[in-house]
Amino acid sequence: MDTLNILLIGFISIVIVKNLVLTKFLGICPYLGVSGRIDMAFGMGMAVTFVVTLSGTLTWMIDHWVLMKFGLGVTRYVCFILVIAGAVQLVEMYVRKFFPFLYKSFGIFLPLITTNCAILGLCLFINLWGIDNLLEAVVLSFGAGIGFTMAICIMAGIRENLNLADVPECLKGAPITLITAGLLTLAFMGFAGMIR
Amino acid sequence: MPGEKQATTELYKRTLVAGLWNENPVFRLLLGMCPTLAVTAAVKPAFTMGLSVIFVLVCSNIVVSFMRNLLKPHLRILMFTLTIATFVTIADLFLRAFQPRMSEVLGPYVPLIIVNCIIICRAETCASKNNLIVSIIDALGMGVGFTLTLCVLAGVREILSTGAIWEIPILPAGFVPWAAMRMPVGAFITLGLLLALVNAVSKRKY
Repeated sequence: MDTLNILLIGFISIVIVKNLVLTKFLGICPYLGVSGRIDMAFGMGMAVTFVVTLSGTLTWMIDHWVLMKFGLGVTRYVCFILVIAGAVQLVEMYVRKFFPFLYKSFGIFLPLITTNCAILGLCLFINLWGIDNLLEAVVLSFGAGIGFTMAICIMAGIRENLNLADVPECLKGAPITLITAGLLTLAFMGFAGMIR
Repeated sequence: MPGEKQATTELYKRTLVAGLWNENPVFRLLLGMCPTLAVTAAVKPAFTMGLSVIFVLVCSNIVVSFMRNLLKPHLRILMFTLTIATFVTIADLFLRAFQPRMSEVLGPYVPLIIVNCIIICRAETCASKNNLIVSIIDALGMGVGFTLTLCVLAGVREILSTGAIWEIPILPAGFVPWAAMRMPVGAFITLGLLLALVNAVSKRKY
């Protein structure tokens, strides 16, 4: 019961309170780039969720069972980025083989997940927070993906409506998106302190 | 040939200046947004971050430029990331040893330089196509442009959130600090307004 409690609180906290996009500024590039249409945003979110769950789990295993055991902490970043690149490659091959239609609609965005800072960021945060339980690492990774999907979908919804608004010439494009994102983080700040 | 030499000097100068304004990584290309937003609560960490990025950018551009003829197209990105990850590890260990306080403030954003789009973008569009000198100059221009942008953004946020700059108070004592400027909200909105300003200024020029 206790473990379940910790897992549940960890999940909620990473989705809402410590949302990677809105409080840690991770994954801003796709957040601003892909969030034009809601269906694209959702697809991107799902792909990121899958990759982040896989690579979060794998990097935890490598970090705890190999690197820490043999004192190879120095090579941590190189190993992490290799694992992420490998996981993205795997997802790309899988999607191309079994969902060719989805593969076409993703286009360039699929390989670009490698350089999505949310993924490497989460692997580093798991290491930084000192998570020493495999199950917790898996739940946190999955929650980070869900949090990313939620943030990018909210943003896409707002931007679809923003297209109809009359925005001053110099604010068009990125500036107004950033200001919208700022107001969104203000809303999410209300959750801060909900969970210690 | 003096004419040829002049042309190369001209090219070097143009490459250097491009990173500062015309192709400024943050304001014009919208690259490297994550560190831009995350470390600009105060000028000091922003400056440290800028220096680390210059170091990694220059070193990785040098290495990529050296091996540009050996690169296989499908392994390109992987080689870039591995090169960058190596130099980022060096920068991170250096900061941890000599600037432990800064290293703590910057936290995971130093290792996150690995996935900073600026560095991969420069390796891909410049270093893998040009010779050593052009690559180094390009890296310096881009790096300095990035650092300056970070410092401007951090300066605005630090003045408004604490009334000080580089931890030296400059505003009168009666100033009420804007706490929001230190939080994510301040980062997003300040950058949005700065981008709008840059857009407005560059439109007027032409």
